[in-house]
Amino acid sequence: MKKTRLVVIGNGMAGIRALEELLKLAPEMYDITVFGAEPHGNYNRILLSPVLAGEMTIKDIMLNDVDWYAQNGITLHLNKTVTQIDRARHKVIAADGTEADYDRLLLATGSNPFMLPVPGIDLPGVVAYRDIRDTDEMIEAASRYRHAVVIGGGLLGLEAANGLKLRGMDVTVVHLMPWLMERQLDRAAAGLLQQSLEAKGLKFLLEKQTAELIAGESGRVCAIKFKGGETLPADLVVMAVGIRPNTDLAEASGLYCNRGVVVNDTMQTYDPRIYAVGECVSHRGIAYGLVAPLFEQAKVCANHLAQLGISRYTGSFTSTKLKVTGIDLFSAGNFIGGEGTEEIVLSDPSGGVYKKLVVKDDKIIGSVLYGDTADGSWYFQLLRDGQNIRELRGRLMLGQSHLGNSGHQGQNNAASMPDEMEVCGCNGVCKGTIVKAIKENGLFTLNDVRKHTKASSSCGSCTGLVEQIIASTIGGAYLPADDTRKPLCGCTDYTHEEIRKAIAERRLKSIPEAMGFFEWRNVNGCASCRPALNYYLLCTWPHDYRDDPQSRFINERAHANIQKDGTYSVVPRIYGGVTTPSQLKRIAEVAEKYAVPTVKITGGQRVDLLGVRKEDLPKIWADLDMPSGFAYGKSIRTVKTCVGSEWCRFGVQDSTRLGIALEKALDRMWAPHKVKLAVSGCPRNCAEATIKDVGIVGVDSGWEIYVAGNGGIKAEVSLFLVKVKSAEEVMEYAGAFIQLYREEARYLDRTVHWVQRVGMDYVKKRIVADAAGRLALYERLKDALRDEKDPWQERVHGAAAREFVPIRLQS
Amino acid sequence: MSEWMRVCPLEEIPRLGSRVVQTGKGDVAVFRSGSDEVFALRDQCPHKGGPLSQGIVFDRKVTCPLHGWTVQLDSGEAVAPDCGCTHRYRARVDKGEVYLNLS
Repeated sequence: MKKTRLVVIGNGMAGIRALEELLKLAPEMYDITVFGAEPHGNYNRILLSPVLAGEMTIKDIMLNDVDWYAQNGITLHLNKTVTQIDRARHKVIAADGTEADYDRLLLATGSNPFMLPVPGIDLPGVVAYRDIRDTDEMIEAASRYRHAVVIGGGLLGLEAANGLKLRGMDVTVVHLMPWLMERQLDRAAAGLLQQSLEAKGLKFLLEKQTAELIAGESGRVCAIKFKGGETLPADLVVMAVGIRPNTDLAEASGLYCNRGVVVNDTMQTYDPRIYAVGECVSHRGIAYGLVAPLFEQAKVCANHLAQLGISRYTGSFTSTKLKVTGIDLFSAGNFIGGEGTEEIVLSDPSGGVYKKLVVKDDKIIGSVLYGDTADGSWYFQLLRDGQNIRELRGRLMLGQSHLGNSGHQGQNNAASMPDEMEVCGCNGVCKGTIVKAIKENGLFTLNDVRKHTKASSSCGSCTGLVEQIIASTIGGAYLPADDTRKPLCGCTDYTHEEIRKAIAERRLKSIPEAMGFFEWRNVNGCASCRPALNYYLLCTWPHDYRDDPQSRFINERAHANIQKDGTYSVVPRIYGGVTTPSQLKRIAEVAEKYAVPTVKITGGQRVDLLGVRKEDLPKIWADLDMPSGFAYGKSIRTVKTCVGSEWCRFGVQDSTRLGIALEKALDRMWAPHKVKLAVSGCPRNCAEATIKDVGIVGVDSGWEIYVAGNGGIKAEVSLFLVKVKSAEEVMEYAGAFIQLYREEARYLDRTVHWVQRVGMDYVKKRIVADAAGRLALYERLKDALRDEKDPWQERVHGAAAREFVPIRLQS
Repeated sequence: MSEWMRVCPLEEIPRLGSRVVQTGKGDVAVFRSGSDEVFALRDQCPHKGGPLSQGIVFDRKVTCPLHGWTVQLDSGEAVAPDCGCTHRYRARVDKGEVYLNLS
């Protein structure tokens, strides 16, 4: 059978990224032909500035060389500009007469530099700054001439000016507006930027309108003349006043364009056979000129070309980083502000630091950072996630490292760190190792770095620092991870949320069904997605789903905690931490009988028998005759209690009784991650309830409920949810909160991560304000747990027997 | 004399799972893939000696339960970017029975 033919017009970053994504999804679906107007393979246009500055070479910035096309069976036409699309005959025709038929067409024609309509614009020595040829011409001019004028004080203009200055030219930047980079910076930050660029030797003429470019005797440009009559010598004029989507071809073919080729959320133009991505596109009225949105578009487009038809592009927030070595500048979102917005500003002009956050309705909507951009990616994430920052407000300006973090996040400025300094404490990875991996393997993303170095792959507290190291190593080519669209794992492009929704709506009731529905890339999934899917199915269908032990981590399969030497630990359930002499005697006898090497009291007030052989587990459980303490699972762990009003002279509430009741109600509960509770009988809070997933503190008039605390890597004090009068109400509110977490958090999110993402306002709306909803959640929790059995007793009576029995070879 | 030794019926090993076989040469993990192939590895991860038999199995790979290294079942090699190798033994299925060759 003949394959479907796909023709791509435009051999740039967006078009080729779409092809890469398509080849991942459907490698055999299309016969692919690519037309490129330039004589090169696909290169990283963003890195032309470091090339101009002499910090990189063209070879360094190639993304796909000509061999790549051959290896993937792609027909590549270089140096051929397509001049006509015959939509009736499904054919494209290039200037030299080359033709190609298509079934699907992808337009990725990019953008053109905007050239000022002034006399002299066609003179030799007047260049735009767009591609390798422009860059070569500038490098060549820098070796022969002295005076350069850059028209345009935006991102591109300043990078061009910086590069030419480094190549020895005398450079003046001419800008029409009152301050530099007015689309990315407010006046204050732009002032600081101008100062430091002036210190590098650049000159600036602001609020100057170009009237004419004047030719010298040789015919080459020799000067620039402004409105008002002054002139300035110029042997090289770089035009960097902006870009315009390149829609000439699309318009000539009758495709609807409006400041870009108009596409819908599936990247389809008004002709359903024709898709478009990249800078040539207008999506919901916006034409993007930065790489991250273009890559998102490419991904969506590939999904539809592969006929999966699920993903949608809904627009992007963008952020800007200036790639001028030695200058740290970051901006994102609406940084000017407007009605209903407020500003948080830190200004230290002599220290060269300026930070501004624009806040609306307790959410960050924009930011400008100058001089210290360490927290740029953090602010950008808060912005994209629309996270409520009310609780963080006072500390926001101080940065992420001031949020009570005992890890290493952002404490150091990545660029100035010595190579041997440890970045990731969990995996013992130092900065030099990360930088080396980035350079040698051409890594772009956090995930790549995690895979290659293991840095930030365990507790994640160094993620911010690793991101900074990537950004400082590869500059603007860095793609920050988009946390709002986080695929479940490498086996799929779908998010946790999309998958959970489909499991419920499509009534998917097994792992193979779910993988089949979403066309999983790997037939059995992987060690990341299988446990997640198993939990989602279990949570959605508590009575119908048959648990898949092979998709559980060993601890949950063996119902004990694996130790470094392959032995296991056994923690029996002791409700509320209240035990009896006979229970303790039994534990002691079991420990002696099986020669348990270590007996320890845990942080959660339980007894831990360590060093048990796997084959002894069922026997120990039988002798203990106590329920499993679930100390090994993504599940309810313990409810820690203080002594409370029964004995304590300060106690005002019976914390042990409530703790025991809570632990019994939540017994055998699986969750996205471990769940720890504590109940204190008075505000002295001896049970340390304010660093638990759910913490209850007794006061004279009732109980205060706190949620989303954490005592681990990054200590987080829990947030106040509500105060209630009775223990019964505590059960209902706490149960409803935990059920909401079970139903809506991503697998491996602790409550703190989930609440930080959705916001405490949302949690209060669901749990406090909506009484009927709260009750329904609590009922669903009770229903889900009604037929969960004690796993130890099941195994004592023969369930999953072969899990625990090794095979002895008869030889 | 055959060096192939009978281990157990195939059904005794869970699909996408494994069993520990105690041998004169130490513990051997015998794995069964989703498509009923069998593989045998020394039950020690090349990283820190973790029991691979306890890991999650997918495709022809197993992820070690201790620190998450992934090891190729058909070669014993760690999957890149990790680097290391664990000893591989020959295993096969014949008429529903699993056999192991330790030579």
